[in-house]
Amino acid sequence: MARTPIAAALVKAGANDGAADNAVAYVRKEPGDCASLHLVVENMHCGGCVNAIERTLKGVEGVVEVRANLTTKRLFLRWSRALVDASTLIAAIAGCGYRAAPFDPYRLVSDRDDENKRLLRAMAVAGFAAANVMLLSVAVWSGGDGMEPVTRAFFHWLSALIALPAVAYAGQPFFRSAFAALRSRALNMDVPISLAVLLASGMSLFITMRGGEDAYFDAAVALLFFLLIGRYLDRRMRAKACSAAEQLMILRAVAATVIGSDGMTRTMPIQAVMPGMRVAVAAGDRIPVDGCVRAGQTEIDASLITGESLPASAGIGDQVFAGSINLAAPIEIETMAADSESLLAEIVGLMEAAEQGRARYVRLADRFARLYAPVVHFLAAATFLGWFAVVGVTWDAALMNAVAVLIITCPCALGLAVPVVQVVASGRLFKNGVLLKSPDGLERLAEVDMIVFDKTGTLTMGRPVLTNKAEVSPTSLRLAASLARASRHPLSRALVEAAGIGPAARDVEEAPGFGLRAMIDGHDVRLGSAAWCGMTTSTLPSPDSGSMLWLKRDGVAPVCFRFEDELRPDAVDVVRSLRSQGLEIALLSGDRLEAVAPVAAALCIDDWRGECRPNDKVGRLEALAAEGRKVLMVGDGLNDAPALAAAFVSASPSTAADVSQTAADFVFQGDGLGSLLDAFAVARLSRRLVLQNFGLALAYNTVAVPLAVVGLVTPLIAAIAMSSSSLIVTLNSMRLKLTDRDAKR
Amino acid sequence: MNVLVILIPAALFLGLLGLGAFLWSLRAGQYDDLDGAANRILFDDDDETTPRR
Repeated sequence: MARTPIAAALVKAGANDGAADNAVAYVRKEPGDCASLHLVVENMHCGGCVNAIERTLKGVEGVVEVRANLTTKRLFLRWSRALVDASTLIAAIAGCGYRAAPFDPYRLVSDRDDENKRLLRAMAVAGFAAANVMLLSVAVWSGGDGMEPVTRAFFHWLSALIALPAVAYAGQPFFRSAFAALRSRALNMDVPISLAVLLASGMSLFITMRGGEDAYFDAAVALLFFLLIGRYLDRRMRAKACSAAEQLMILRAVAATVIGSDGMTRTMPIQAVMPGMRVAVAAGDRIPVDGCVRAGQTEIDASLITGESLPASAGIGDQVFAGSINLAAPIEIETMAADSESLLAEIVGLMEAAEQGRARYVRLADRFARLYAPVVHFLAAATFLGWFAVVGVTWDAALMNAVAVLIITCPCALGLAVPVVQVVASGRLFKNGVLLKSPDGLERLAEVDMIVFDKTGTLTMGRPVLTNKAEVSPTSLRLAASLARASRHPLSRALVEAAGIGPAARDVEEAPGFGLRAMIDGHDVRLGSAAWCGMTTSTLPSPDSGSMLWLKRDGVAPVCFRFEDELRPDAVDVVRSLRSQGLEIALLSGDRLEAVAPVAAALCIDDWRGECRPNDKVGRLEALAAEGRKVLMVGDGLNDAPALAAAFVSASPSTAADVSQTAADFVFQGDGLGSLLDAFAVARLSRRLVLQNFGLALAYNTVAVPLAVVGLVTPLIAAIAMSSSSLIVTLNSMRLKLTDRDAKR
Repeated sequence: MNVLVILIPAALFLGLLGLGAFLWSLRAGQYDDLDGAANRILFDDDDETTPRR
């Protein structure tokens, strides 16, 4: 069977993760001599990048077409197969410093694009009709009594000719949704909207046929136009949020190097890798599929999977998970069936269960609509009955007043209130490095009263840093670093970083899981675990933990290097500032207790737990939810993914595992946690603006509705009231932009 | 009022022209890469590798 999309998402291609090999599997052969390939270029940020990439590739012989899209960060390539191949082109892109990863455009669900375009077309038609009908209506209004009935009738007929087809076409999104709601015996905002539009156009047609004075064609189409603007903005924001996340993660196609029974290797998309196949994983690569090690001995960095900050060794028979990094030596793994008892299967199961709970949240606007729609219907019906039965006018006059009520109460302002705030807010967050992924994430964030952090990679940088540099002599450090330069092990890298620029030792041997050795000036020099350096437990000064390295030279006492996973630079400040805002802070980590305790102490977090399995984290979050807490979960590891999905709202850093980023509502970039504070500020501000907008809309209704009920509303008043309330709400929402500018000053 | 016979069709025709132009631009992908197009004008190489659209 094929791998699940989540398994595919688990593997994140980095700078050296064999992008060229991956790409070969996704090249499309075209008629003639050509081939084409779609790539995602992650770090293409500006026009200069586009220019550099296009210019470089155009310079390569055999390239037929290069087109970079800055908005979607995609690159389309077409080339002549006889002259050049995919890996050369990708190497050329890498040569100018860009990371390109292939993706499969045919897996892209284009429904969303289609729906977007359909809304945009409907909006264009409604806009055209609104402008032209308004042109005719203004003539009728300003003509007043001086206008001959024949001319007026002619204008009304012309309006009908424009408005009716426009309503039939542009109203469809609302009619369809209202029909679906009614069929499931529910009411949504689209029911009164559809009623108002259909009744207004129907009644106006009736009046036009009888040669009457007041026709509401302009109101009907203007209503549709305003509402379609709101709906399009809402839609576009959701699509943008989803696509940004999806394109960079789920759609990033990844390939595996499969070893055939004849011993030949070939590259194939991981969806095509079957259980039982053997996959080769080079040192430094991410493991593409779940499996069992069948050949080789290595060390695996599973920090994204389990939250453990230190690498673990893996040998024949050990299980390894997609997404972890093979640090030391090449291995061969045998793919497991996806439904086996793997950690991944457990996490996927937990996530699915958690997401079902999440779906219960009802957005502010919908909560409002639930109250609003019945009231509107009741008012309109009461107006009709009041005029028809009590006052005793003809049925069509009574119906006309009821239609006026429907038009006046129609939630134009409401339909715009939320989307405009959302668009402005997400734009502002995006500029500050926070990607809003779920459309209602901001609303939920504003209600949060407690934050649960993960440790590794969230509060900490997720990589070890040398802590006892002062105790070690510079000579030892330089010697150790010269060996460490040959290794990709996280501790070696930390050592090199601490030592700075220096020479690299020659002919360094690496024994996976133990350490490094080299002959320097005729001496045997070893760097690695205590056992590797020939020490027994009795000779050790302190209990040996994984976060130590030893340097041993012939005849010299061994030197110890200690490492710790360092806190993010602004973690202390951010946690303090969040606490001062009245938020409670807790820590849930999958790491060892003795690694969690110092972090909790440094941040003054009393409520902390270590050695949590994924289901422990979910259980804790559910317990908190049962107490009525609204929890923001911040985490990065695969082991946090179920907890991220289970929390009231969730955030993860952009270094997180792909599944976690997919599960999170917010993704923040950069080394700091400061953007969390910003997200909180924006969320609260937009909630306030949305509530203000609701208030404005209500105030407008309390003035206009009585006028409509007593029959004082003419088409002119309806048109003015509708446009002005929409304008006021939109302008109020734009204030979010102003506060951003103030903050920058 | 006879001038209306010319003016109204003229107004509607112009409106439809605008609508048609918008629908065409939507279909032709003019809105696919809003950020890139803004920068493209600054590139000074005008060779023929990228086909004209």
